[in-house]
Amino acid sequence: MTEFDDTPEAKPSDDAIAPLIRLFHVYKRYGAKTALADISVDIAEKEFVFISGHSGAGKSTLLKMTYLGEPVSQGQVVVDGLNLARLSRDRIPLLRRKFGIIFQDYKLIPTRTVYDNIALVVEAVGTRGNLIDKRVKSLLRSVGMEDRQKSYPPGLSGGEQQRVAVARAMAGNPKIILADEPTGSLDHDAAEMIFDLLKKFHAHGATVIIATHDTELIRNTGGRVIILKQGCVETDTVIPKLR
Amino acid sequence: MIRFLIRAFKEIFSNLFLNAVTVVTIAFSVLIVSAFLLFFVNVEAMVSAWIEDIRIMAYLRQDVSGDDISEIQFKIEAIEGVKAVRFVSREEAMEEFRTQLKHQASLIQHLKENPLPDAFEIQVSPEFQIWDKTETIAIKINALLPIEDVEYGQQWLERFTSIFKLFELAGYALAGLFFMASVFFVSNTIRLALYSRRDEIEIMQLVGASDGFITGPMYFKGMFQGLLGGAVGLSVLFSAFSLISSNIGQMFSEVKVCFLPVNLQIGIVVVSMMTGWLGCYLSLRRFLKS
Repeated sequence: MTEFDDTPEAKPSDDAIAPLIRLFHVYKRYGAKTALADISVDIAEKEFVFISGHSGAGKSTLLKMTYLGEPVSQGQVVVDGLNLARLSRDRIPLLRRKFGIIFQDYKLIPTRTVYDNIALVVEAVGTRGNLIDKRVKSLLRSVGMEDRQKSYPPGLSGGEQQRVAVARAMAGNPKIILADEPTGSLDHDAAEMIFDLLKKFHAHGATVIIATHDTELIRNTGGRVIILKQGCVETDTVIPKLR
Repeated sequence: MIRFLIRAFKEIFSNLFLNAVTVVTIAFSVLIVSAFLLFFVNVEAMVSAWIEDIRIMAYLRQDVSGDDISEIQFKIEAIEGVKAVRFVSREEAMEEFRTQLKHQASLIQHLKENPLPDAFEIQVSPEFQIWDKTETIAIKINALLPIEDVEYGQQWLERFTSIFKLFELAGYALAGLFFMASVFFVSNTIRLALYSRRDEIEIMQLVGASDGFITGPMYFKGMFQGLLGGAVGLSVLFSAFSLISSNIGQMFSEVKVCFLPVNLQIGIVVVSMMTGWLGCYLSLRRFLKS
């Protein structure tokens, strides 16, 4: 029994359109330990997907497989038509630009201002010099952080840092947003704010994949939920929004 | 490009001490190597000036007659690299010797017979005024039968050449050693800087920054450090040179010393920039692979 067994099961329908992300019989091993075993998952464009499960179930590892944070031990991963097994090292940045990644520990550069943290990514994805400032300010405005652009990350609250991280994730106009326990370190209000931002970006056309064990947020949001258990897919279901 | 340079300079100022130490190391290496080069350049100029005045003296055997002398002179003039040939008869030579002896001329006035041989004084063309070529001409002259001996200061030249070559070899070895030391030092300081910024680099990689975007400012920084180190090293050398050369000028008015030619100075700065680049390349290659 899982926490979502009481909800009507409705798996995503198979259609002729190729999925944005396809994991096909994926294994990940660390020495003798198997972190992921025979994972086959398709994620369509503009989907809002939760990856859930207990600590150590393989949620973060699964996300890492999609952006080549780590290579798979066996199996195939295809992202937006790119077969990651055949991707040369110099093309990895092109893959990563399809993603906006949000981490539980924010991963902001503490020695750079909020503005510089975002400008760095805006610049890295090839934005023309005269457009960088406009883009950074627009991103900061979208997460309500335009007043804190000169602050350094250590001077911000957890919620504020995560909002900056969300803005940074959106800097390259990514097709896919990956959020690895984005609310894990936040209080309830801050967590809701981050979820609202993610939902906003989803409404604008981004595919959102969130790894979380926060069942309350999943229930409140609804959508497709893939539950992992000991590195395997236990269930892959769609749950309705609770309220 | 401007933001690229801004990032590079920000990196320099964010770790000022470490970067300053790198510049000083390169400057020190450039100073040592350039000092050797300066020595070689000036010694070579002095030797070249000395060679310009060099004359080959070809001494004739006692039994050579007047007709043979004209023929030998003709043969010597035909040798490539010979500019002019002057016959110096034994009487003329004795007279010159007597003039040179001045007050000591009485030493030779009791000689019953003139012991000096007839000789040719041979001037070498400017393009042949190089040690090896002068020696070749002397060997060709010496091969002519009526010539008993040829002198052109060969012993002195040989000795000087071997000492000079030894210095040159030591200079090359030292230059190589300092080059390697500089590359090693630069690569290590850059590696230290990389490790202190590894989170930042990891983040940049995760957001899709290309290797070029990440490493570009670092390469620029390495080359800039090389440029700065080269310029500082040469400036210190020039200051020391100005001080020493004025003293040499006062003590030895005949000795003219000059600083390194501009093209060599540019070469030194380019090599020191390459040192910075290479140090950066070595550390980045290892870092990005890891």
